[in-house]
Order: sequence, then C-alpha cells, then structure tokens
Amino acid sequence: MTPLLTTKGLSRNFGGLRAVDNVDFALMPGEIRAVIGPNGAGKTTFVSLVSGRIQPSSGMIVFDGADITSQPAYVRVRQGIAYTFQITSVFANLSAYDNVALPVQRTLSDGRSKGAVRAGVMSALDRTGLADRALMPAGQLSYGHQRLLEVAMGLALEPRLLILDEPTQGLADSEIDNFITLVREIAKNATVLLIEHNMPVVMQLADRITVFNAGKILAEGTPEAIRENAAVQEAYLGTAP
Amino acid sequence: MSEASPAKAYALHLGVIALLFVLSFLLPEYYHGLLARIMVLAVFAMGYNMLFGYVGLLSLGHAMFFAAGLYGAGLAVIQLGWSVPAAFLCGIACGAVVALVIGLLALRTTGVAFMIVTMMFAQVFYLLILYFASWTGGDQGMVVPQPARVLVFGATSLELTNPTVRYMTALVLFSIVLLVTLAIVRSRYGRVLVAIRENEERTKMLGYDTFSNKLAAVVVSGSICAASGAAYALLFGYVGSSFASVQYSILPLLWVLLGGAATTLGPLIGTLFMYYVIDITSGYTSAYLLIVGIALILLVLFFPKGILGSIRQRWLGWLP
Repeated sequence: MTPLLTTKGLSRNFGGLRAVDNVDFALMPGEIRAVIGPNGAGKTTFVSLVSGRIQPSSGMIVFDGADITSQPAYVRVRQGIAYTFQITSVFANLSAYDNVALPVQRTLSDGRSKGAVRAGVMSALDRTGLADRALMPAGQLSYGHQRLLEVAMGLALEPRLLILDEPTQGLADSEIDNFITLVREIAKNATVLLIEHNMPVVMQLADRITVFNAGKILAEGTPEAIRENAAVQEAYLGTAP
Repeated sequence: MSEASPAKAYALHLGVIALLFVLSFLLPEYYHGLLARIMVLAVFAMGYNMLFGYVGLLSLGHAMFFAAGLYGAGLAVIQLGWSVPAAFLCGIACGAVVALVIGLLALRTTGVAFMIVTMMFAQVFYLLILYFASWTGGDQGMVVPQPARVLVFGATSLELTNPTVRYMTALVLFSIVLLVTLAIVRSRYGRVLVAIRENEERTKMLGYDTFSNKLAAVVVSGSICAASGAAYALLFGYVGSSFASVQYSILPLLWVLLGGAATTLGPLIGTLFMYYVIDITSGYTSAYLLIVGIALILLVLFFPKGILGSIRQRWLGWLP
C-alpha cells in the first residue's frame, strides 16, 4: 500500500532555530496517527508545513502521489487536506450555520440549490451535536462547542486527511468521551493526523504514534511500543520509571 | 444572516424603493432635485460599502472609480458623440478596467498600506486628468451639452434634463444597484466576502482563493462606483476634475460610516443624512462644516456602527 502522505527531508528554520529538522514521515490511508512531543518540539510547525500555512525551508511533501510542496494552502485544502486550528478560530460574528456553510458550499460540485447546502451543513452539525445551536453566533458558543464547531468545519470539507491540532485542549472530561467517539467515526472515511497532549486520548485513539523532539522524529510505533520506549520516556515524560 | 427572513428583507427594500417613488410627486422642487442627486451618490456609497463594509478593505482611492465612470461617459458623449446608453456602458466599462488593474496591484498589500496605495493611484488618476487638459478640460471640467442628454426609445425620447425624468432615472439606477447588492450580500459569494473580512487566514484554510475573491469584489465595487459617476455626468451634465480629488474618496467612506458599514441601506441613509445636515446648517451659519464635524464626532461616540448598524445591533437583528 502506498502512503497517503509522505515528507522527505522536510525542514523549516525560524532565524537560527530549526523548528522542523530533516523529517522523513509517512502516513498510511485510513490510519489514525497521533503526533506527540514536548512543547516546542515542532509538532504544530510540522502540520503547518503539511497544510501549507507556512512554506518549508527545504524538503518535499507528497500527497496521494503528487508533489504538493509548492502549492498554496487553498489548493491543498481542495485536494483533501483539512486543518483545524489549535487556537480556536471560528468566525465569531457569524452563526454556527454560516461557519459550516462556508466549507460545505465550496465542496458542493453539483447542486446550486439552497437545499444541498442546508443538508450538508445540518449533517455536519448533527455529527458534532451542534444542530440545535445552528443559529447562534459562533462567538457566543461555549469553548467546548467552539472546538466542536471547528471540527464540524473540518468535516464539512470532506477531507481525505484531517489534521486536528490539539482538539481536546480545554474540553471537559465528558466532552472528551464524545470527542473520541467522533474521531473514530471520522476515521472510517478519512485519515486522521492528531496532535494531542492528553495521553489517555492518544492511547485510546491512535493506531500509531510519532514522537517529536527538538524538530526531529524521536520514535514511531504502536501505542504499546511507544509506552515502553525508554528514549521517549526520557524526552517526553522527563524521568525513567 | 443569509438564511433567515429573506421575505422581510426584500419587503423592506422594495418598500424603500416605493417610498422614494412616491416622494417624487410630493417633494418641492428644490428637494426633488437634491434627492435625485443623493440617490446617484448613494450608488457611489453602495459601491464603496461593497468593499469596505463586506470585505473589510478600506480604500482611500474610490474617487478614481467614480471619476472613471464620470469621464468614461462624459468623454464618450462630448468627444465621440455617443448616445446616452452607450456612454453609460462605456463609463461602467472604464471603471471595471481601472478597478481590475488597480486591484491586481493594490491587493498585494493589506491594511494601512492598502489605504496608501489606493490613495496614491487615485492621486495619479487625478493628476492625469489635469495633465490631459486638452481632452478633459483640466480643472475647468466640461459641460455635457443639453441636446446630447436624451434617451431615445424608438419614437419617444426622454430628456434627462427634465426633473421628473432625471429623478426616475436616478431611482431606477439606485433600485437596481440596491437589489443587486442585496442579492450579492445574501449569496454564497457574499458569505465568502464576509468570511474574508472576519478572518482571511481561516478562509484560505477552507479552500478559498481569497485573492481572486477580493479582486472580484474590487471590480464589482469599482463598477458600481463607475455607474454612479457615469449617471452623474449624464444626468447633471457636469464632468469635473474635483470629483477625482481626494475629497471624493473620503466622502463615500463618511457616508458609509454614518449610515452603517455592511448594511445594504446604510449608504443611502448616510448620504441622505450628511446632505441634509449640510443643507440645514448652511442655512444658519457659514461655519456649517464645524457643525457637520461635531455631528460626526457625536455619531462615532454614540453610534460607532453607524445609524443602521446600531439599529441592527440593538433592535433589528435580521437587517441585511
């Protein structure tokens, strides 16, 4: 099976800092992959390079067999790479409905009809449990609901690769359980790349885990293998048990 | 915003148009003429609002688009002897072309730089008009001769110098542009424009090519402003370089701020309000601009979202 996403020698410098350093990475279709690592390890920079929000200093990104390194972000989104933001950035002054209508109306290739947009929006809001809040301004939703709205917008893009950047940050425990169910649902149709600090969530969801440290991949493997990996424990957990 | 209460919104807009129609028969002569002028200039403000209100791009060069329409139509009649409809379309085409070129260049910048770049281009445009005085009449301007200002439909001909014809022509233009802006704002494209205003980076990450969308908005905005300029030349018969000066770039901004940015009817309210305040105060004192200034400061202090913007915020959330 060929990988959905590969990066070769991907690097990004900020001044003298090598935030992402010569990363070779491969992601199989249908996988849920978690990316973990200490703060400043380069996780967000790495997924920003993949989504096209920032340009790499060197290296190459291949998505579904095509070199996308030089493509602008919006073209990558159209090819199926969706990114949900670490810092919630829904359109606060627009209703939840309009927030989701933006991705829905763009992905509709066939219909010009209002009904098609409405159906698409309501299905994305239903899946995230926000349907009864459709007409509320997004800025007035609770923080947890704004995070879910962010996911709904990602879903509405019908992505092949959904990148979730710390999606459970700031969620209550009860909301996290629903969220895990939701991600499992999403993974039936899409590959998921998940940056996450909450280890129980990572352990429950991920098929494989990639550990970043100082801009490089430190380790990669199944949750069990990562849990046992001494180098990871030292870098990430700080102490050897 | 775009799903709720479409019937109410259309009823309100058609009501305003009907009211303006009825006013034509009620107003005394002086105000009749003034309102015709205000409707044409409100079209200018609506074009400005398209870009400033909905996309959030603050241009200080829109006099250039108005003047492109004004001169495009005026020169077509005076120098080329074109008919009124052809000259009107020529004015709009000039505005669209200028907007496309300026948009391609100016949209490389954002924020303050965008303001400065648009203002510079408008200044260049103004100086070009003065430089080519042998065609444009320089700072004297030109008068569009009365015999040329006639709309011919088969056997009947309508003289645009006739006050009623002029008023109704202005009303037709105003109504078309009002309904077109309403339709744009409520469309999917309008939703994308607002999204760009609210958060351009996020809009890109939803797969939108924000540059093309903004460029299209500049062209639509420029064309509407040019339509206003072309109508001004043909209805009021004067084509002057003062309309290309920086003052006419700032006026539409003031009208829109007063009436309420990103409201469809705000530009009309703002233009109307400003004209009447000037009209009333100049009857009492020669320092009427002082009073206008104070009125503006009070408005910004107590109604920072403009007249209609504040009404929408406090009472009528469904206003488009």
